[in-house]
Amino acid sequence: MEHIAIDPERAKKELVAKYPAKLARKRAKQIVVNSIDEKNEVPEIQSNVRTSPGIITQRGCTYAGCKGVVLGPTRDIINITHGPIGCGFYSWLTRRNQTNPDDSEDKHNFITYCFSTDMQEEQVIFGGEKKLRQAIQEAYDIFKPKAIAVFATCPVGLIGDDVHSVTREMKEKLGINVFGFSCEGYKGVSQSAGHHIANNGLFTHIIGRNDEIKGGKYRVNLLGEYNIGGDAFVIERLFEKCGITLVSTFSGNSSIDTFENSHTADLNMIMCHRSINYVAEMMETKYGIPWIKVNFIGAEASAKSLRKIAEYYGDQELKDRVEQVIAEEMAPVMAAQEAIRPRTQGKTAMLFVGGSRAHHYQELFTELGMKTVAAGYEFAHRDDYEGRRVLPSIKIDSDSRNIEELEVEPDPTRYRPRKSEEEMAELQAKGFRFKDYDGMMPEMEQKALVIDDISHYESEKLIELYKPDIFCAGIKEKYVIQKAGVPLKQLHSYDYGGPYAGFEGAINFYKDIDRMVNSKIWGYVKSPWQKEPELSATYAWE
Amino acid sequence: MLLRHTTAEVAERSALTINPAKTCQPVGAMYAALGIHNCLPHSHGSQGCCAYHRSMLTRHYKEPIMAATSSFTEGASVFGGQANLLQALETMFSVYNPDIVAVHTTCLSETIGDDIPQITAKAIDEGKIPKGKYVIHANTPSYVGSHVTGFSNMTKAMVDYLAESNGKKSKRVNVIPGYVEPSDMAEMRRILVEMGIDGIMFPDTSNVLNTPLTGKFNMYPKGGTTIEQLKMSGSSLGTLALGRLASAPAARALDTKCGVPCEIMDIPIGLLATDRFVDTLRKIAGVAVPESLNFERGQLVDIISDMHQYLYGKKVALVGDPDQLTALTEFLVSMDMMPIYVVTGTPGKKFERKIKELTKDVPHEVKVKAEGDMFLLHQWIKNESVDLLIGNTYCKYIAKDEDIPLVRFGFPILDRVGHSYFPTAIRARSAC
Repeated sequence: MEHIAIDPERAKKELVAKYPAKLARKRAKQIVVNSIDEKNEVPEIQSNVRTSPGIITQRGCTYAGCKGVVLGPTRDIINITHGPIGCGFYSWLTRRNQTNPDDSEDKHNFITYCFSTDMQEEQVIFGGEKKLRQAIQEAYDIFKPKAIAVFATCPVGLIGDDVHSVTREMKEKLGINVFGFSCEGYKGVSQSAGHHIANNGLFTHIIGRNDEIKGGKYRVNLLGEYNIGGDAFVIERLFEKCGITLVSTFSGNSSIDTFENSHTADLNMIMCHRSINYVAEMMETKYGIPWIKVNFIGAEASAKSLRKIAEYYGDQELKDRVEQVIAEEMAPVMAAQEAIRPRTQGKTAMLFVGGSRAHHYQELFTELGMKTVAAGYEFAHRDDYEGRRVLPSIKIDSDSRNIEELEVEPDPTRYRPRKSEEEMAELQAKGFRFKDYDGMMPEMEQKALVIDDISHYESEKLIELYKPDIFCAGIKEKYVIQKAGVPLKQLHSYDYGGPYAGFEGAINFYKDIDRMVNSKIWGYVKSPWQKEPELSATYAWE
Repeated sequence: MLLRHTTAEVAERSALTINPAKTCQPVGAMYAALGIHNCLPHSHGSQGCCAYHRSMLTRHYKEPIMAATSSFTEGASVFGGQANLLQALETMFSVYNPDIVAVHTTCLSETIGDDIPQITAKAIDEGKIPKGKYVIHANTPSYVGSHVTGFSNMTKAMVDYLAESNGKKSKRVNVIPGYVEPSDMAEMRRILVEMGIDGIMFPDTSNVLNTPLTGKFNMYPKGGTTIEQLKMSGSSLGTLALGRLASAPAARALDTKCGVPCEIMDIPIGLLATDRFVDTLRKIAGVAVPESLNFERGQLVDIISDMHQYLYGKKVALVGDPDQLTALTEFLVSMDMMPIYVVTGTPGKKFERKIKELTKDVPHEVKVKAEGDMFLLHQWIKNESVDLLIGNTYCKYIAKDEDIPLVRFGFPILDRVGHSYFPTAIRARSAC
């Protein structure tokens, strides 16, 4: 496909030209032409603000962020949706969090089930606590789970059902861990509030319940990796090869036992900064576990992340092992790149995905020689765009003010700094960075477009203006973009493929992108008679 | 084992729904609204619902599903969503330019009690709805009924807002096809054309949810019932409402409002229901049934007779929506099959009575449950297995665990491509 060289400032103007004036002004703050100065600083982008009604957003809600994203992937907690049937139904097996129940002793796996209180008019009028209590009892009687979680939906907050008092009561009665989340869909402005609420719940009700140090060297947690299409499996195998002990993953291929024990690890690694940085921060304060940002999307990024872990432990044996693994794993990656890159080099991509992948996947496109001309998140905050350095200047607006911030103190008996102050300082002096994330924009090209909470209209306009070779987003955008003749790679569900993490994931991704941008089908969109509509003067056989 | 914790022992449940055989109202309303030409569906609630409903329909049809939302925040949830809807209407008409916006509600706006007609009137006063454009609405509380109820409510809204009688009766026949697939609607229209009947079908999602790939995205595809047709429906000779639950309220409203008499019938799935559909059309319109339809009917009878030895006495479990299940049960019984478990998530005791009546001569105990779920169905199957399972995608977990052949039928079918091009009504090809 032929690219159109377009001035990004002009593109930005066109993107908002059709909006009513007030809306245009608001959107103009959420659309930024990237520029990186010599200090690696980028312009401010407005984000994590309310969606404009009627604009056709990609965004979902707080319930989706809490139940769907963070708690959904854990196999042995029974997740009961307290509300009418829809919320539970739509989050039933839709995100592709894979799990291996045979890793657990009891082999519990409730991910294939959808549990709901299926609220009726009667509960909306007289309250739903009684039905919720009974539903928890029935779930316990039938399945005998170790834990039950309850998720509030829109009407629950309005009618005043107290899910927390019901869960406390049932926890007492049943003798298992029962806890609730006030993740009503209207809270905050997007899925993001749901992440925060989920983090608070994990921290309050689960993390730290089992102090047993289970052994193994280089004990780490991986935070914000949800095992979509088997990504976490790939990373688990990598760690195993390197001799790194994975205490827990939040929350791909996870069980509640691993969460309860997670505070015994010595390092927290964050994949998806947006959804889980709260837990990392709180674990550092309470237990003294440092955290670092890692990225296992992209072969180079995976190698870099493994080296970071080795650097943290500073152990030569681990460093050697990691180098050996990287060398082994990189060989087939390089071969795949060599074979595929001639067909992808110079092509362009756009990425509009959740709160993390729009950044991470740019690594893979770079490895394919492809250029990211525009990217953005649905619900990320300024720190995900501009880097954590802007955190002090972020103002929490009225729409998000009611999302609780937990007060966390060092645990009087269990707080244990994993490194001495000197060791930390020494690592930092060598350029090692703790609790830091640069964000997406400093790593993007100058003049790339960055768009927060992109609307349908803007996506359509972008396609028209730029004609990219591939557009990455989700299921709602997929067929819109493809009808316009541009392939769309789903970076939420991976179009039912994957894994894309680690080294083998990179190879999968190269192959999928090659297949999509070079598919013959895009050349067949116009029929011969549309390409050459002139009628010939004479019948061809005459 | 995918559903490894499901055991044969059936425990009584009064509060916990497990693996539902229904979903909530608004998705049905969104689907119905897509059956109006140049219409943008609008979800008045928090934006999660709209995202979920669009995603679910997209995954079923592999097509773009457009809809907007009021994007409630916590403030709006406490003080009402008027400002959100006003702003949404302004944005929709100026940016997306539909001829009509069809508003439905969610459990959020229903619980707080937003008055949509009042807000719409205010929008008109403030000039936010351009001249010649329409806004219609249906209340679709998610805590009542199911997605079928939502479809029914939005279809009735088309009548309430748009149908008008011009005082004269035309020779047209209205067909309300029910909550069926676009391919079914196209098939019904084909029958009308074959019979030479001038029909108005509403809603009609054919040519909306099966559009071509042309290199240009078209937000409002060429299909859908036009606003003009919806208006004219009030002057038709009569209305055929197919499917009691999905279509009867709209048909009755049209009778009350414009004096258009209606006949409420089953969805034409299978030999007998299709016979009744064609026969009623013939009588209403005063036309003869063309030879082409006799030919097709004969082909179906031929296929059934050819297959009878494989069908006879086979035990079938069915799960889905009431209108479909009623017609399907009759079809299976007519082929000497034994539908022994019939489950719908949609509430309604009439359904249970109807299935009992249709299966009264089946030489086997028949278990029927409205407001049931797939967990219960699976438990029944564990107690006594069946030869065939008919239901949506979520049945595949039961089918795999119990090693039962599955015919994907109903909504949603998420794991196959192309199913939406095959009609299930009329000749029930996929069931044969």
